[in-house]
This record gives sequence, C-alpha cells and structure tokens, in this order.
Amino acid sequence: MTTTNGSNEAIPTLQLLDPQGNRVTTRGTKGYRDRAAALTAEDLRGMYRDMVLTRRFDDEATSLQRQGELALFAPSRGQEAAQVGSAYALRPQDYVFPSYREHGVLHVRGLDPVDRLRFFRGSDHGGWNPTEHNTSVYTIVIGAHTLHATGYAMGVQRDGTPHDKNDGTAVITYFGDGATSQGDVNEAMVYAAVNDAPVVFFLQNNQWAISEPTTRQTKTPLYKRGEAFGLPSLRVDGNDVLAVYAATQEALERARLGQGPSFIEAFTYRMGAHTTSDDPTRYRTSEQEEQWRRRDPIDRLAALLRSEGALDDDFEAEIKAEGDELGAQLRDGVRALDGGSAVSSMFDDVYATPHGTLATDRAWYEAYDAGDPPASQYAIADSAQGGAR
Amino acid sequence: MTTMAERTHTTSGAPEPASGTRTLSFSKAINEGLRAAMRHDDKVMLMGEDIGPLGGVFRVTDGLQAEFGEQRVVDTPLAESGIVGTAIGLAMRGYRPVCEIQFDGFVFPAFNQITTQLSKIHNRTRGAVQMPVVIRIPYGGGIGGVEHHGESPEALFAHTAGLRVVSPSTPQEAYTMIQEAIASPDPVLFFEPKSRYWGKGAVDLEAPVGTDTLNTAHVVRQGTDVTLVAYGPSVATAIKTADALAEEGRSAEVLDLRAISPIDTAAVVASVRKTGRCVVIHEAPVFFGAGAEIAARVTEECFYALEAPVLRVGGFHTPYPVAKHEHEYLPSVDRVLDAVDRAFAH
Repeated sequence: MTTTNGSNEAIPTLQLLDPQGNRVTTRGTKGYRDRAAALTAEDLRGMYRDMVLTRRFDDEATSLQRQGELALFAPSRGQEAAQVGSAYALRPQDYVFPSYREHGVLHVRGLDPVDRLRFFRGSDHGGWNPTEHNTSVYTIVIGAHTLHATGYAMGVQRDGTPHDKNDGTAVITYFGDGATSQGDVNEAMVYAAVNDAPVVFFLQNNQWAISEPTTRQTKTPLYKRGEAFGLPSLRVDGNDVLAVYAATQEALERARLGQGPSFIEAFTYRMGAHTTSDDPTRYRTSEQEEQWRRRDPIDRLAALLRSEGALDDDFEAEIKAEGDELGAQLRDGVRALDGGSAVSSMFDDVYATPHGTLATDRAWYEAYDAGDPPASQYAIADSAQGGAR
Repeated sequence: MTTMAERTHTTSGAPEPASGTRTLSFSKAINEGLRAAMRHDDKVMLMGEDIGPLGGVFRVTDGLQAEFGEQRVVDTPLAESGIVGTAIGLAMRGYRPVCEIQFDGFVFPAFNQITTQLSKIHNRTRGAVQMPVVIRIPYGGGIGGVEHHGESPEALFAHTAGLRVVSPSTPQEAYTMIQEAIASPDPVLFFEPKSRYWGKGAVDLEAPVGTDTLNTAHVVRQGTDVTLVAYGPSVATAIKTADALAEEGRSAEVLDLRAISPIDTAAVVASVRKTGRCVVIHEAPVFFGAGAEIAARVTEECFYALEAPVLRVGGFHTPYPVAKHEHEYLPSVDRVLDAVDRAFAH
C-alpha cells in the first residue's frame, strides 16, 4: 500500500481482507486472524448490515440537509469498516468519546437515529444522554475530547475496576488525521502514557482534513505518533472490517487488563465531502476518488460474504427494507424535532445550581416574551435573584 | 453522596482533627480547606504541576499527597490543557477534581478546555452530565514576579456562561470558599490573590459550609457616603482606603464581592442606593473589566440615587508591567482616594 504523500515506501499495515474480498494470510498476523476467525457468519452478516445501514443513514441525512431540514451534515461514507469494525469490538461497559463523524459507531452503540441528527438539525448541542449508552456527545473543537477520554480512563483506574479482558472497562476515543496536529491530542497521549490509562486512541486517517491532505499534517506515518509516546501502535487497513475489528479488540483487551493505552491508525478514505457545505472538487481529483471507490469497504465485505455463502438476495432485500424503514423514521423524526421546546429553554442547564446573572436574564426575557418588558433589565434583579443568587 | 450544603464541617474519625478557631495564613487556610474536603469526600482529588512532594510552588498543597496518596494528589505532566481536559473526563466518571494552575499567566494553554468544554458540557448534555471541577489560579500582582506572574485574567472567564468565578479575600473566606467551590456541581474558577498568601487571620475550622460565598457579596464595613466595591486582593486596599476616609470624616461602605460570576447585583445596588456613590477597585485592567459591568448595572438601577458617576480604579491597558513599576499599576490607596475625591466633587 502506498501513502498519499507521494512516497512509495511500504508502510506496515495489517490487512486480513483484500480489496477483492479475499482473506489474506500474512506471516505474523496469526493472532489477528484468529480473532477475525472467531467471528461467526452471523457476526459478519451483522457487520455488513450495520455498514449498509450506516451508509443509508448518511444518504438520508444528506438528503434531509438538501431539503433544508438539517443545518449541516458530516457524512461518514467510506469509513464504515473503520467505524463498525471497531465498535463491534466494544462491550457495553466501555466508554466511547467520538468526534463528530462517527455515525457508524453510534449506530452500533444503539443510539436512536433521530437523536443522532439533533445536533445537525440545530435543535440540540448534543442530542443524547451520554450515560445511557456510555457514549459521549459529539465534540466539535477538534481533538478536545481525547483528553476527556484519557481523564475518564484515569477515573476507571481509580475506581479499582477489575482487570479482566472481558469484564474490565476500556475507553476509546475517535479522531482524525487533522486532529493529530492538535496539542490536545498530543497531550492526551502524554497523560495516557504516563498514567497507563486504559484508553484506545483510534485514529481514522481519512486523508483529508476538510481540504488539507495529510501532507499538511505530518512527515511521518501517523501511527508512529503513537509509538513516539510509548503506546503500542498499529496501522490497519481501515477499509478492512476484519483487520479493524481484530486490532481494536486486541487494544481494548489490553486496556481492560490494565495494560495501558494503545494507538490504532485506521487508514481509510473520506469518500464524501467534509460536510454538506464542502466542495471537494476544488481540492482533489476524481481519479483519486475513483481509486478509493474500488477499495469500498462495503463491497469488500459483500464479496467475502458471497464467496462464503453468507449473503444472498433475500438478505440484501431484508437490509434494503430495513433501510427504507430507517429512512422513513429519519424523515418523520427529524421534521418533528424542536416543536416542543420553548425558546426560553436556552436558559436551561447552563448551570446545575441557581445563578443570579442567568436568573436575571431569563426573567427579563420571559417578561419581554410575554409582551411586558420591564424598563430596566436589572430592575427585576432583586425578585429574580431572590434566594437564588 | 452528602453535599456540603447539608452539613456543617466535621472531621470525626480523621487523624489530627482540625477544630476550633486558629490563626492561619491565607495559603494554609486553603490547605486546610482542601484537606477538609478530601476527608469529607473520597472523590475529591487534586491535580497540578509540582503539587505532590513539593506541595506546590506556593505550598498550598503541602502535606496533602502524604496524607491522601498519589492517586488523589496527582503531579501532572507540564501541560495545562491536559490538566483541565483530563479533569473533565474524571468528572464524567464521578470524581471532583481540583486543578492547580501554577500562575495566572499559565492558564491560557487551558483556555480552550475551560471555555469550550468545561463550561458547556452540562448544557450540551441537557443537564445529564455535571462538571464539579475547581480550577485554582494564584493571580494578581504585588510580589515582584517576572512576566506572566502578576496578571488578573478573571474577566475573561466571567464572560463565559457556565463558569462560576470567585475570589476570596481573607483566610476565613479562603477556607470556606474552597470547600463550597469543591461541593459545587458547576465548574468554579477559584482565583487566589497571591499577594495575600502570607497574610494571617482567624479561621473558624467549624464554620458552616453551604453555597453562600459562591453567590453573595459580603459587607465588610458599613458606611453611608460612598460604596467601595472590591474582591480578592483589592478588598484590603478598600479597607485601608476606608480607614483613611474615616480620618477625613467620610464614611465608606466596603463590599467584598467574593463572586464576579454571578455578580450579587442586589447587594451592590442596595449599598449604592444608600450611599449615592460607587468606586470599583480591581487589579485587572479597567478596560472591559468587572468594574465596567458593575458600573453599567449600577447606572441602570441606581440612576436617580447617584450623586456621581460610578468610577473605576484598576490596571491600565498595558501588559502587566515589569516588577519595578507594578506598584504604580496596581490600584493603591492613593489612587482610590483620588477617585473618591472625584466622586465627591460632583
């Protein structure tokens, strides 16, 4: 495999499934092959289904944005293997800190699909309760959440959580190639390393940070960043769901066993635009896009399943029907969003305890909204603050 | 978990129980407040640079790692964004981290984590996730420090919704306020006036711990002719000014804000309606400082009670000056007296 920085230097990359959908047997990968081999045909069919539904979610959300129903959307097309494969290795007690493009991860974690669009609808800054699925809300400031993941993992350590490859607790954080340039991502690796924190740094190198190729971010393969901080680090073919699954499972088990943090670079490609506001024709070639279409992660798994007799037209039709149902659910659900919340809800949950300045602002706004604004914004301070200063 | 609001401070069962009223330095009072909070709740932990065996560059955490261990008193890597960012994750897991930023000028690497993350996660999650994180920042000048060791950046944080910003002015307040800050489910920026660290005062170690000091101003001295509004290191300056005014036969009321987010507007307004004059004192630059906010609120609400415009005394629109000039930059008694004279001249 070559890199996009023009170098043809071979970068060691774990691959268990080639672009034609053949299982790959390479020396030194037996441990990973064993992990992949433990996946049943039913598991693989589940992964395939979830990858297809993730892409359907993308398409439906993009359409909703084009219809004016979403303010923005960031598609994950092309990254389905990286996301679904890694999420399949998670256990319910593990905690996920996504960036903002991890639609496949959230799908596998069982988050409501309409909730996953609240942010993009402009009806929520988050959209779900993180404690319900052990999955944090999206973080828009690039890389900031990798420190939260590390801190959370330091908390897991302090709880005396048992060291067990299945019943221990791991934390995983997703970020992109652009994020690797952020100070916070580098600080997170320092903190994780010196504390042996049970966190997996999962880099989806989709090769584009909006319009900037990875050559604007790095002179070295990005998995070496992890190595430099003393983290066991591995580059995997991010469009190979088997390799992603096996590598992530290994890293998560290491964390659950109390053996510290790991770094995975899933080398993939952002087949779509950065967001619905982006125009990739201004900065990359259709030849490159075509080259990566031939490495499509979904086609690759489909080829494997067909060759192993695990995929037939009936199953495809079943998934198609499920996708149609998802589409209808999204269209109806998204259009119904934000009907119920009053404008004054902007004053809710700013603080957990009463705060006088906020109370004054709220009281003024509510009086104004009722058509009875006081002469002075602060004339009501005494009553608004009451015992709640 | 019991909140501190539900209890009066006790240390039963702990070694060397602190009790009664003792004379403590300001820094030792914070140290005792941290110790009390850590004994009360084993989720309270301290994070910062050099806070372990060294006890912090100002010794505020002296002896705490020996008592509570390395898991609860953590010497962090030298990276402030990392201190606050990991504290956020620890809070998500149920801990109550107290971060020490070594000096005021070093908080800026953590500015993003504080303003875009710490302040907003409770709101972003619609109240599902609380952020009981305290960030202790030694601030202010007057100790002859080098660059970035004398600044007062509190207004930058007060401008951000979701944060509480407080500053104690006495050892007693320091002892009580740090415990109330730690008990708060909201993030608190806790500004410690470093020029006061060595000053001593009586501290009642059994003083009740509630939420008052995070929300209300405190009338330090009653007066009738002018209200001096101050917080943190400037409260002592206000008191000295009031002493000087008393010699001239003028009666100054001194209000210690304690919190600048929220501002106890009602307390300020009540005082100024009585005195008719208001001078706000802080070390931070006057331009866009807390005094501007207070002046606007007082003008709006006390317009007909005012004998003179609200005046401000504070830092200039310059970088914090070199140590040799800092005493001309800081609001001195003389400069406050000058402002009071101007108020009376109207």
